[in-house]
This record gives sequence, C-alpha cells and structure tokens, in this order.
Amino acid sequence: MQLIAFYILSAIVVLSALFVISARNPVHSVLWLICAFFTSAGLLVLIGAEFLAMLLVVVYVGAVAVLFLFVVMMLDIDFAELKQGFTDYLVLGGIIAAALLAEIIIVASAVVSGGTFNPSPGAQTNADALSKVLYTDYLLLFQLAGVVLLIAMMGAIVLTLRSRPNVKRQNIARQTGRKRKDAVELKDVRPGQGI
Amino acid sequence: MEYLFKLGGGMWGGIGLAVLQILGLVVVLLVSIAFLLLMDRKVWAAVQLRKGPNVVGPFGLFQSFADLFKFVLKEIVIPAGANKTVFLLAPILTLTLALVGWAVIPVAPGWVIANLNVGILYLFAISSLGVYGIIMGGWASNSKYPFLGGLRSAAQMVSYEVSIGFVIVTVLLLVGSLNLTDIVNAQAGGIWHWNAFLLTPDKIALFPVMFAMFVVFFISALAETNRPPFDLPEAESELVAGYQVEYSSTPYLLFMIGEYVNIVLMCAMLTILFFGGWHMPIPIPTTGMPDWLVSLGGLLVFAVKVTFFFFLFAMVKAIVPRYRYDQLMRLGWKIFLPTSLVAVVLVSAYVVFVRPVAGT
Repeated sequence: MQLIAFYILSAIVVLSALFVISARNPVHSVLWLICAFFTSAGLLVLIGAEFLAMLLVVVYVGAVAVLFLFVVMMLDIDFAELKQGFTDYLVLGGIIAAALLAEIIIVASAVVSGGTFNPSPGAQTNADALSKVLYTDYLLLFQLAGVVLLIAMMGAIVLTLRSRPNVKRQNIARQTGRKRKDAVELKDVRPGQGI
Repeated sequence: MEYLFKLGGGMWGGIGLAVLQILGLVVVLLVSIAFLLLMDRKVWAAVQLRKGPNVVGPFGLFQSFADLFKFVLKEIVIPAGANKTVFLLAPILTLTLALVGWAVIPVAPGWVIANLNVGILYLFAISSLGVYGIIMGGWASNSKYPFLGGLRSAAQMVSYEVSIGFVIVTVLLLVGSLNLTDIVNAQAGGIWHWNAFLLTPDKIALFPVMFAMFVVFFISALAETNRPPFDLPEAESELVAGYQVEYSSTPYLLFMIGEYVNIVLMCAMLTILFFGGWHMPIPIPTTGMPDWLVSLGGLLVFAVKVTFFFFLFAMVKAIVPRYRYDQLMRLGWKIFLPTSLVAVVLVSAYVVFVRPVAGT
C-alpha cells in the first residue's frame, strides 16, 4: 500500500519537475512547480514527517509560490528572447545540476547504509522531535537564520522604498481623526441666490 | 483507519467505509450550504427591509436548488484569449481545496474523517492554498478586471494569513496540542472554559488577550474568504465582478460553492478554536446516555454554533461598507500583525511562567 503510494507520488514529482523546465509558458512552469511542492509534501507524510509536510505546504506553496506566481504573471515575457540565452547558461546550469545530484546521492546512500529512517527520534510526534533539537542544541543557528531573514527583508525594503518629492500621500491619522464638524458645514441657501 | 479496516473486514471494506463516510459528510455539507446560502440572502434582505427569495417552495426554501439547476443548464462560455486548461482548473481547484479542509474537522465526539496529529496545521495549509483558485482564474481569463481582482486577492489573502497563523499559535500554546479534537476537549466544562471567554480563576488573566484574538481571527476570516467588507477581489463597483467576470454556468457555480464552503469552514474553525466545538455552554452530565445520542447532541450543538457564526458573517456583509485597498493592507500589517504577535508573546509567557501545560 505504502509502496504503491510512494511510486505514484514520486512519479508525479519527477514528471511535474520535468514540466517545470519544459513548459513554454512561465506561469505554467510555476503551476507545475506548485504541483511538485505539494506532492513532495505527500512524500513527507508518507515517511511520517507530517509536521515538515505541513510546513512545506504552508511556507512554500502558500506563501513563496504565491509571490512567484504574482511576479511571473506581471512580467511581460518575450519567449524568443528567452530561448536565445539557453546555450550560454548550459555549462553553468549543468555544473549546478551535477552538484545537486551529487549531494542527493550522498544523502541517499548515507540513509541507505545507516539503516531505517526515523522521522521523530526520541519523541512522540515529528513536531516534538523537531522543536526539541531546534530550541535547545541548535538555538543559536535557528535564531541566526531568523536574523539573516530579517536583514534580507530590511534590505529589500531599503532598496525599493524611495521617497519621491511631489507625490501626494494620505495621512491615515488625519483621515481617521476627522470629525463631522471639520468637514461638513450646513448653510441655509436662499432660492435664486446661491452661496 | 485500523478501526475502519477491522469494521469493514479487510482493506477494501475499510476503504469502502471511508469513502461512504466522506460522501456522507460532503452531501450533508453541500445540502446545508444550500440552506445557509438562502439564509445569507434572507438576512441580507431583512437588513434592507426586503423580503428576499420567497417564490420557489415554502418561504423560498428551494431557491438554492433552483439556482443550481439554472447554473448547470446554462452554456459554458470560454473567452477566446483564455488559457483553457487553467481557466477550467481554477474553479475545480477552489471547490476541491474547500472540501478537502473538512477532512479534519471534528463535528461531534469521535466524528471526524481523519484525526490528524497536525490537524490545525493541515487546515492552515489548505486554507492558504485557497488563493490559487482565484489567482489562476484571474490570470487565465486574459482580461483586465479579472487580472486586477486576482492580484488584489493574492496580496490580501497572503497578508491576512499571517495574522491568522499567529492567532492559531496562541490557541496552540494554550492547549498544548495540534490535534483539533484535543483543542475541543481542552475547552470542555462550560462557557467559562471556551477560549473566547476564559473566565476560570487560573486563566482569567488571559481573557482580554484571547477575546482580542477571537475578534482578530473573525475579521481575518472575513478577509481570507473575500467576504464584505473585504471583498476587493470582486468589488462590483470597481472591477465588475473581479476574478469571476469571465466565468459563467458551472465553473462560476463551482467558484461560488467553493467560496461558501470556505466560509462555513472558517465558521467551523472559529467554533473549534474559540467556542468549544461540540461542548454545551452549560455542561450537561452525559453518563448513562448511549454513545450515539451524545454524538448526535454534539453534532447539533456544533451546527448551531457554526450557524451562529454564519449569521454574523451575513450581518457583517449587510451592514459594513467595503474597505479601501490601502486601509485593508494597513489593518492587516500594521494593526493585526503586531497585535497578534504581542498576544503570542503574552500567552507563551503565561504558559511558561504561570501555568505549565500538563504533561511537560
């Protein structure tokens, strides 16, 4: 039963990963990428790491890929131009792909030689096991990762936030602080005279 | 699952029983949504001193079914420039994701299709996927208004998800479990134990925090389901109908049902997280009663609470004017996010320093 599910899910992951790079329309590529993420979450559930699976869906599918899609949809893409640079990137892309493949092989062979895989060592659930190491042994690294993300966020804001002159802005405090008597004045208009 | 295998006599019998359960839940859910939809329109009409739908059947009770047939029998129009696959995939995805979320909702003691250990995370994950149906629909229509609606919804739903996440974290810290059944059972014993009204002596310090979180969750749920006053993705005075402009017939119907299933799902989440799930406001001793009676009573209480929240959703729709886009973003990022973040700090400080969670 589990084996059948594994083969179905991994076939879907590999196929959608293939479609990510072969789809002609970049929006379709992102949609296939989302499919690959979601199915990988299914694989994680299958080995018993349900907490990681849910995090994968929440963070990557629910947030990161939405922003991807957001950006890709708004781009105006010339497909002919996109195809031209393919050979230039072939060498660099090939090296990166080979490095990733080697890493996966090393990890996989380590797991195979190390015996059975345990998604939640020394705890009841996956979430327990993760939090027990994350907030004790690796607390410093965990917090450093958070600081790095914070700096990246601040950098993005600093790079994109420009204060341009001659731009009309709304002052929210003034808007919400407005009272009726500041804005509305009742006048008794006589017929034929106007104000 | 093992229980079902035993009950159904082997694997295939167990799978058959599970499918029957799922079908039962979906049918009950869709039929109740038909009536909730009518209630929505009736409440809306009553606020505006109209009668609402009252022609089809007694009191207009069969209006939703008449609408269903009308939608199904119409022609499906696909715009010439549309991306056909994605265009049709979007409404299907919306409805599927909305229904899939119900798999972990415990509607009565022991009545749940999948009692996941990470149930609440699953719900959060599924509800965060809901945005795809709208973005895909808006993009695939290949038209200006739908595209603008889709972009608005993407920004809006991602923003409000953040505060929903933090509100869920406060409840998790308080209960100490990710399992929805455990969350409901932690609120047993009367209205003063519910997370929205914590009035027991040991937790009364948290009452203002949790009540504020309840309000934040309710408002974020409105934004997450694109209900008024946050219905900017389909703001009819600006975008005609937003991402649904090009949809007709059954695809539109799927969008609409998906939206309502999502709304009821959010009502169920409010019930489970803050209103004690299937527990009565005043505890009634159930010793000696048969199990099915207790479960049925629980289901009834749960349904009443969900309907109450749906009534609130309908009232908000009828009463509150639509937000401006910058106000919406300001509310999400500058008010709800800091508030819920402070609440997470307060609740975790309380859990660590004042009342250690049982079992740790």
